[in-house]
Amino acid sequence: MQDFTPISGLVGGMLIGLSTTLLMLLNGRIAGISGIVGGLLRRGGAEVWWRATFATGLLLGALAYVVWRGTEFPVEVAASLPVLVVAGLLVGFGARLGSGCTSGHGVSGIARLSLRSVVATVAFMGTGVLTVLIAGWVS
Amino acid sequence: MKPGGVIVTISALISGVLFGIGLIVSGMANPAKVLGFLGVTGDWDPTLAFVMGGALLVAVPAFRLISDRKRPILEKEFDLPEEKRIDTRLIAGSALFGVGWGISGFCPGPAVVALVPVIAGGMVLVLAFFAAMIAGMVLYERFA
Repeated sequence: MQDFTPISGLVGGMLIGLSTTLLMLLNGRIAGISGIVGGLLRRGGAEVWWRATFATGLLLGALAYVVWRGTEFPVEVAASLPVLVVAGLLVGFGARLGSGCTSGHGVSGIARLSLRSVVATVAFMGTGVLTVLIAGWVS
Repeated sequence: MKPGGVIVTISALISGVLFGIGLIVSGMANPAKVLGFLGVTGDWDPTLAFVMGGALLVAVPAFRLISDRKRPILEKEFDLPEEKRIDTRLIAGSALFGVGWGISGFCPGPAVVALVPVIAGGMVLVLAFFAAMIAGMVLYERFA
């Protein structure tokens, strides 16, 4: 099991909050990753450029971190390939159907005091916890 | 390049960079860490509550101040969701997303960020998740 790392969690979270704040204050847009990536897949979609550069920024941020620390960051995947494919389909389709994910609902939406986002966050946290619980019984 | 132009795309890039670094520093880019949080009945790792707490600590007061503004600094207007109803799509979609999140430990942001060590290390699993997530989003555009 993973170690409890509250300080780096808090610092990283504040960076996410800062990013979300800047995008709203400067661009007037919600930093929701599923909306940004999904919006790029929409045919004849408007607002392509800022979405594309934001997504590119995610990758550049990760690259900057790797260069800065001189080492890769951990990405430990336990699930098998077929399970990951099912999970990816559910995450992609579900987040778009539900109008957002951990960032759009969980951070921006809650910061806007949106009741929809509170309900969505409770829903995905709830099924997330339940899924891990059931997966534990099955395996 | 239409409304906002170059400056808007640059500010989005900077915002994306900060978001990406935040995901990694916080530990959210690691699916094992996420599953340690969602597995509340096991050896629970509460870190992700601190990630969300840290983000909201900044964003809640900031959004309160921003809401006094008539328009954002670089764009003509705010682009915010107008839907207020709690409907089936919202709940069903979020519930499905949570199931996928719970079986993989990946949500959309980390799935993008995790592509970087893949490029260096060549992990097929992350790519498979990412490709399936994109497919799920395309399916939504076509059918939902």
